Parts: sequence; C-alpha cells; structure tokens
Amino acid sequence: MADERPIRVLIAKPGLDGHDRGAKVVARALRDAGMEVIYTGIRQTPQMIAEAALQEDAQVVGLSILSGAHLELFPRVVEELKTRGVDDVLLFAGGIIPKADIPAIEAMGFKGVFGPGTDTNAIIAFVRDNAPQRV
Amino acid sequence: MDATTLVEGILAGERRALSRAISHVEADSAIGREVLEALYPRTGGAQVVGITGSAGAGKSTLVGAIAREQRKRGRTVGIVAVDPSSPFSHGAILGDRIRMQDLTADGGVFLRSMASRGNLGGLSETATGVADVMDAAGFDIVLIETVGAGQDEVEVANAAGTTVLVANPGGGDDVQSMKAGLMEVAQVMVVNKADLAGADTAVQQLRGLLAIADPGPWEPPILKAIARTGEGVPELVDAIDRHQAYYRESEHSGEERRKHAERQVLAITRAILHREALATARASGALGALVQQVADRNRDPRNAAEELLEAVRREWAAE
Repeated sequence: MADERPIRVLIAKPGLDGHDRGAKVVARALRDAGMEVIYTGIRQTPQMIAEAALQEDAQVVGLSILSGAHLELFPRVVEELKTRGVDDVLLFAGGIIPKADIPAIEAMGFKGVFGPGTDTNAIIAFVRDNAPQRV
Repeated sequence: MDATTLVEGILAGERRALSRAISHVEADSAIGREVLEALYPRTGGAQVVGITGSAGAGKSTLVGAIAREQRKRGRTVGIVAVDPSSPFSHGAILGDRIRMQDLTADGGVFLRSMASRGNLGGLSETATGVADVMDAAGFDIVLIETVGAGQDEVEVANAAGTTVLVANPGGGDDVQSMKAGLMEVAQVMVVNKADLAGADTAVQQLRGLLAIADPGPWEPPILKAIARTGEGVPELVDAIDRHQAYYRESEHSGEERRKHAERQVLAITRAILHREALATARASGALGALVQQVADRNRDPRNAAEELLEAVRREWAAE
C-alpha cells in the first residue's frame, strides 16, 4: 500500500481573519483530487501551524490570509517550522496578497502564491508536481 | 531517516522522529514494520483508550475534553483521530484539530489525524500500529477516536485496552443497532450532550441492554457527560482508570490481556486476508466472467463468490 499513499496537505489560516471561504474551497478541491487535507480552522498562531505541520507530518503547508498581515505572519510561520526542524515541506500561500509582495514571499521559501480567482486545478497541479516524497 | 534513527529519535523524545515513524507505520512500509518490531517490547506503559460512537455523537469534542482533564492530572496524551476518506476520490478532509486547537500549543499532547483510506479493512492494522508507536514514545494516555460508522468502528476499538462508547439522548435507534456487538466493544459507556432532553432515557436504554447481556466480571459503567463544558468528564476519566486497573492489575488481568491480544491479532489478520484475497480475486481472470453471469442472472452472487474464492485458493495453493 506504500505506493498509494495520498499526499498530506495542511491548510491553515494565520492571524485574525474572520472567515475561511477560500481556504475551504481549496481544501475541498485538494480532497477531491485524492489528497488528505488537514484543516485546522481560523485564528491560528504561527506556533500552532508549525506544530500541526510537525505532528501531522504534512508534505505540504498552504497558508491562507485575507487580513494583509502576510509579511508579518508568514516569516514567523517559516521560523517556527525551522525551529522544529521541519525543513522538507512545500509551502504555498493564498488569499488577498498584492502582486508587489509576491517576490518577498517567494524569497521566504513559498513556491506558489495564488490570489483570488485562481483555478483550483492550477493549485492541484502545483501541489502534485512539487510535493516532496515522504515514505 | 532509517528505522534505527527513527527508533532512537522516538526514545529520545524527538517529536519529528515520532511523526515520521507514524507516517511509515500508516503507509505499512518496510521501515514502518521495522520500527514497530523494535518498539513493541517497549509498549504497554500507556493507557490505550478507544472512543467510538456514531457520527455526530461528539467524539472529537469528548476526546478534547478527556485530553484536557488528563493534562490537569499531569499525564501526557497522544491522540489518533480517524476521519473518513471519500470512497470516490480517496481524499479526505481531516478536521479533528479544529475542536482541539488549544491542545496544539501543549507540549504534552501529540495529535495525529488519519484518514480511513477506503474500505479494505486496513484501518485496524494501521491505527493499532500508530497507537503502539505513541505508547512506546512514552505517552501516559493514547486516545484513539474512531471514524464513527460501520465495522471499522469495532475494529479500531480492538486496538484499545479500554473502549468508551459515546451515545446521545434521543439516539435510541443507534443504541439498538449496536446491541449485538455492544458488550464486546465497550467497557465504559457515556451519554454525551447530557444537557439535552432524554439523557436519562438513553442511560436507561443502555442499562436495559446491559441487563440482557452477560457482562462477565467487568460491568460497564454508564455515565453522563457534556463534553462541550467538560461536565462529567472527570468522572469519565475515573471510570476509564478503574477499567484500566481491572485490565492491568485485577485477578482477571491475564485473561483480559489475552482476550485483547486475540482481538488485535484476529482483526489484523482479517484486514490482511481481506486485502490480499480481494487483490488476488481482482487479478484472477475469473472475476469478469462471474460478474457477467450474475449480471445476466445466470448465476447467483453467493455462488459466484464461492467460485471466486475457489480461484483465490487455487492461486494461493500454487504459490
């Protein structure tokens, strides 16, 4: 069965966003593409997200943010992952993120940034192509 | 990381090694089997507790409440939370962390979500293994939350020394439907959402079912709780402790452990047999023709199944 192991993805929302429509749409699309999606709910601290990624041995971590605090919160998530030795996850981001900020986010280690209106198939293909092997 | 590194890491308390080892056990990989073999002699220290009951009974919330109560008592807690996989895409949304957010920040808790991964009966196999890894890692308590439907529910409970059945007020039909296997499955029963009307009736129904069963030396206690507020949870934890004492220390301990070990071995055997027999059946040339005969009503399904099993036996005898 080892060869059929589905990709495990953690979808998390750092910060104080009040709703999670987008995150849920992405979670469902990835599930329908055969992935196992761990969803943690809203208002997560960077520590909680990193700890969940560690405990779940997620191959992929997707962060969704609407509040505009991405340049504050994303580096802290990356830092918390590093503190825990989680150095082999694929990071991607979505939500309301101005184009001008994308290079900075990519420099933090995020391989993909998906804004509103993105075709979920593009996200599925991105995750499939880039998720690191686990077992 | 190879098996030796993982085992050393786990025994040194490294959470990352624990997490990766669980992935291997879940995938039933060669490394996973090696890890289990090395760790198994170190298991037995943890209270392994299964939480079962139908969907919506409040299992996740109750697991969170039990974990919080155990933390108050100074015990560390490993949690295995199982959610269903989609039968169509094989994907899953694992949402148990939502109800246990506060526990994520607690270094004395380790929560792992698992998907049921289809209907091949392999869940008991892997959930038992994951619980064993957590046990060997030194957690005082390991909670296994079942998916909440079907046979897997019973099988996953086989991994636990103590299984808690979660029922609800107004869930009379539910209780009725579980009647048959109730005694084998649950050593502690709890009516959750006890602030809703009908809680006492639900307790009565469970008591009635117990009365017609033969409980043996351990009579399952029936409690009431409100997982959302934590009411009744200390009493539930006390009841689990009492059953664990019975299971570990009473004069019946040897017999109970043997029965539990037998359930585990048989459940895993059943899972492997199921998987391998179906794989052989699918690969055998016989399936397509038999299916067509049944579809054309030239052969009844039971007869076709016998024929297919005969093909499997021939295949296995030839190996």
